[in-house]
Amino acid sequence: MSDKTPEDKVRPPERQYPDPRAKLKQEPPTTGHSWDGIEEYDNPMPRWWLWTFYATIAWAVVYWILYPAWPMVSGATQGVLGYSSRGEVADEIAEFEERNLAFFERLNETELDDIRDDSELQSFAVNAGASVFRAQCSQCHGTGGAGVQAAGYPNLLNDEWLWGGTMEDIHLTIRYGIRNEDYADARWSQMPAFGQDGLLDEEEIDQVVHYVLQMSGQDHDAELAEAGFEVYDWNCASCHGVDGEGDYFQGAPALNTAIWLYGGDYDTLWESVYYSRFGIMPGFADRLRDAEIRAVAAYVHQLGGGQ
Amino acid sequence: MNFLNQHKKLEKHATLLLVLSFLVVTIGGIVQIVPLFYLENTIEEVEGVRPYSPLELTGKRLYVREGCYNCHSQMIRPMRDEVERYGHYSLAAESMYDHPFQWGSKRTGPDLARVGGRYSDDWHVQHMIDPQSVVPESIMPSYAFMMNRTIDGQYIEDLLRTYRRVGVPYTDEMLENARADFRAQADPDADHSGLLERYPGAQTRNFDGQPQLTEMDAIIAYMQVLGTMVDFSTFVPDESR
Repeated sequence: MSDKTPEDKVRPPERQYPDPRAKLKQEPPTTGHSWDGIEEYDNPMPRWWLWTFYATIAWAVVYWILYPAWPMVSGATQGVLGYSSRGEVADEIAEFEERNLAFFERLNETELDDIRDDSELQSFAVNAGASVFRAQCSQCHGTGGAGVQAAGYPNLLNDEWLWGGTMEDIHLTIRYGIRNEDYADARWSQMPAFGQDGLLDEEEIDQVVHYVLQMSGQDHDAELAEAGFEVYDWNCASCHGVDGEGDYFQGAPALNTAIWLYGGDYDTLWESVYYSRFGIMPGFADRLRDAEIRAVAAYVHQLGGGQ
Repeated sequence: MNFLNQHKKLEKHATLLLVLSFLVVTIGGIVQIVPLFYLENTIEEVEGVRPYSPLELTGKRLYVREGCYNCHSQMIRPMRDEVERYGHYSLAAESMYDHPFQWGSKRTGPDLARVGGRYSDDWHVQHMIDPQSVVPESIMPSYAFMMNRTIDGQYIEDLLRTYRRVGVPYTDEMLENARADFRAQADPDADHSGLLERYPGAQTRNFDGQPQLTEMDAIIAYMQVLGTMVDFSTFVPDESR
């Protein structure tokens, strides 16, 4: 314990502050009134502040003349520069349009399969396609193109395709979409709802699901799978192929791989057979220009699975 | 400077100060308020914009109720990057039947002004139930409960009447048929001729895939109509606006 009292502390010497009025040539005038002996200095506004203020007023007047400003009965005053935000965006779009025009024309003129042989064009197509893909396709197929497993949005990174993975196939799919009402050329197929529509009874569905489990190399009941072979051969093989290899022409997925669109476990397969599936994709023929569709096709083709 | 000293007179004369202050505020007010009185003249006329159908309007109310506008805007600004991503910039006419308009000012999620027709109904259902299942990087909360909340349109006629009172041109015929139209739109087996005559281009189908009419039907019907009313292949923008 210290027995020093606060008074014993050494106080620093009092600082001497200069009197701010000292450098004034004269005492500023006061406003002239006094309350209880208190007077008020009447200092002028700082000059720099005042002139800046006047400059902003002058600028506002210039702005009214140059740019759209005052609201009138059916629109605002237009301004002598003729500026409009719509005009600006139209000009900007036109400018980029012109810069890309040569490439777009080359994309349209080049055969789809020849695009990748022209490295400059391929580089443009992949970059342009990637940006379109992120804006238009990524919500379902994923930002990186990996799709959404179990939701029926196909992975575009592998070489497993529903409707074919050549440039022509991909291009057609993007152009017209799948199972939509908007385009007559949309890819179309419909798996029957084998359970719901009473084409197979539940026992047969159980058997065929086990057969598909066997075909795709998963745990299964050998006896049921054997019985399921016949069910498969009669009902499924015409689209999914005798060996479950799938059929691009009908958009029938391969069943003999470990890659699934909705899922390859017993419950999901049972549901697929009972209720069937009906994945749709919008067409982009009216939404994107031809060259953009070709660019997206080139982008998707080079993601990993292009044929 | 003599001119600057004039201000003293103002500052020292309370009544004069009051009168002139009032004058300044009045001018400012007039500039902002008066254009609203002839708003109709300033909205560019655009073909195709119609009042929302009863089911779409219900979806819009849900959109407001759930505060979707806190994260989603409905206003594509006239800038190249926005036009490239979302489509043609928004027109004033496209939100003229919105009360309140849903332009928003915050984009945590994307702009929705032209979301109509961009995704399938299935995608919307999946996305509302579990947004991260289709967009892993999303931070949107789940709205799965909308699947379970059935709606019967009990007060839909009153809702339309309210909108008519604030200037949306709902006709008597639309009011009379409000509840029938409300039910018909999400029922693929219903007769849609009246509905389509009153609300041209309305999309009719079972939006959420469930037999009963739920809030999910309404919100998806609303999503699917957003930004689809104007045919931009024939629209020529007035550049001076």
